[in-house]
Amino acid sequence: MKILVCISNVPDTTTKISFTNNDTTFNTAGVQFVINPFDEWYALVRALELKETLGGNVTIIHVGGADSEPTIRKGLAIGADDAVRIDAEPSDAFAVAEQIAAYAKDKGFDLIMAGKETISYNSAMVGGMLAELLNLPYISLATKLDIAGSVATIEHDIDGGTEVVECPLPLILSANKGMSEARIPNMRGIMAARSKPLTVVAPIASDKLTNIVSYKLTAGRTDCKYIDASTPEKLVELLHTEAKAI
Amino acid sequence: MSVLVYTEIGKGKIKKASLEAVNYGRRIAAQLNTSVTAIIVGGDADISDLGRAGAKKVLKLKNDKLSNFDGKYLAEAIEQAANAENATIIIFSHDFTGKEVAPRIAAKFKAGIVAGAVDNPVISGDSFSVMKNVFSGKATAVYSINSAKKIISLLPNSFPVILMDETAEVVDFAVNLDNVTSPVKVKEVKKDTSELNLPDAELVVSAGRGMKGPENWGMIEELAKSLGAATACSRPVADMHWRPHHEHVGQTGVAIRPNLYFAIGISGAIQHLAGVNGSKTIVVINSDKDAPFFKSADYGIVGDAFEVVPKLIQAIKDFKANQN
Ligand SMILES: Cc1cc2nc3c(=O)[nH]c(=O)nc-3n(C[C@H](O)[C@H](O)[C@H](O)COP(=O)(O)OP(=O)(O)OC[C@H]3O[C@@H](n4cnc5c(N)ncnc54)[C@H](O)[C@@H]3O)c2cc1C
Ligand SMILES: Nc1ncnc2c1ncn2[C@@H]1O[C@H](COP(=O)(O)O)[C@@H](O)[C@H]1O
Repeated sequence: MKILVCISNVPDTTTKISFTNNDTTFNTAGVQFVINPFDEWYALVRALELKETLGGNVTIIHVGGADSEPTIRKGLAIGADDAVRIDAEPSDAFAVAEQIAAYAKDKGFDLIMAGKETISYNSAMVGGMLAELLNLPYISLATKLDIAGSVATIEHDIDGGTEVVECPLPLILSANKGMSEARIPNMRGIMAARSKPLTVVAPIASDKLTNIVSYKLTAGRTDCKYIDASTPEKLVELLHTEAKAI
Repeated sequence: MSVLVYTEIGKGKIKKASLEAVNYGRRIAAQLNTSVTAIIVGGDADISDLGRAGAKKVLKLKNDKLSNFDGKYLAEAIEQAANAENATIIIFSHDFTGKEVAPRIAAKFKAGIVAGAVDNPVISGDSFSVMKNVFSGKATAVYSINSAKKIISLLPNSFPVILMDETAEVVDFAVNLDNVTSPVKVKEVKKDTSELNLPDAELVVSAGRGMKGPENWGMIEELAKSLGAATACSRPVADMHWRPHHEHVGQTGVAIRPNLYFAIGISGAIQHLAGVNGSKTIVVINSDKDAPFFKSADYGIVGDAFEVVPKLIQAIKDFKANQN
């Protein structure tokens, strides 16, 4: 089994975000970056579990600059065998998918896993784009994955329920909650990660199909109106007359 | 040139998210002096709402291979329709199908996509920009789409649906899938039987660990029922199997943006807020006056849920009785 897991580098949800250059640039100063939780907890960990039972190799791939390397090393510490970094700006989902597809097309991966979406740009697009670019089947929002021989059985979320599908390898999926449980890297993993191969690959030329013009912080709710616990009918009245929500 | 909108039927009628997308297409088409063509697979149900929402034309995509909504066949069918209609703008809703098919269409046409748009595009001359949420709702970003073809997937519940007294011309569109095969075999479909689909719900009642155990969810369900709301929960509640996992909202669960969100016995962790902060009105009921959720609430009640919720249910029943 040759598995490729797509890893993105995102600000931890609890970090405060801000913008610079007249709100045109995300300010990375002081921001704690982590592996996107969907990529780490669900895609990578399930890939490692499969490798442990079926044998094989787990490669992680990231499109981004050298500043993402601590995040990539964390993926190696959790247990990936090797890593690839494509040295391109991940300007949008297509830019990422195009680079990964160009790298993966002749490498013979049996399984390519992405996360459900990044918690930074929340697109949920890279997996489907990869499938189209590589002409492979795509199962989105997988919550369970088992492999027997050369066939995968996958449970995934669909509109208003779940579906179980069977699909021969190779295929691409996006991983959702349910695939596996989080793993914490241990000291041995962290030590081993330092010497695992991390290959830097030059990007292919690509067009910028979209670009971000400006950012704006979402205005928070300013004041909460408190209603006394003994008079919930006041709340009902406000929801009707003021919020017009009921 | 035309604006193409992918639409779907759910529970016997056009889905609300699809009507939002057609409305959205109508506003764009008006700016570009063109019209909206809606596409739908099958379409045996009453599809007249597509005309009311603003479609001039409806193409019913016909091919037996489309019956399973396999993304590969569907994307091919949409591509053929887009070519036939000379579509320059293609709109999806950012829901399950949209997330599966829109990226394929974007890659087929090498067209820029804004996934999860929350506002109308701003079009001026050649510049076309669209706003979407980023950083799990902590900010918005305006994207400019630079390619000739443009794709937008619209975040559900971003706009109210407006229907007018109009009709669309409905035509069958035979899709040719002879040279396309997909190896994906559907083995089993488990439909969620609850009446209200959480991502579509206008009203949501959600509860957290403060409810102490699954046996106490009766009052949460009753509150939801009195309002006609869907139920949701925080992540630990789903992780402990107090509630089914499709009810888990937040950064690692579903993201929702109902008109009204009730958070009962939920502390308001940032990862929870990431999935609900787009709600129009938020009500928090928590026994701890310092619970962080109050900072993100419009209305708050500091009190014990076990006392407040039953009273609230009564107050809602009285209110509903008075309205009739
Ligand atoms: C990477 C990551 C992703 C995560 N993703 C999610 C996610 O998607 N969704 C999510 O929800 N969480 C998520 N979490 C977990 C999140 O950080 C919180 O731990 C979780 O939201 C807490 O759930 P809770 O509010 O139900 O429980 P608690 O934090 O335990 O809060 C319980 C609340 O109930 C109140 N309470 C107690 N008794 C009563 C009573 N009788 N009446 C009224 N109120 C009462 C308490 O005052 C307290 O505020 C994530 C965490 C991480 C690290
Ligand atoms: N820069 C990147 N490098 C590698 N994989 C990525 C990158 N960005 C996104 N991905 C993968 O694509 C998934 C979906 O991302 P997105 O479509 O941007 O929401 C993520 O969960 C990752 O698995």
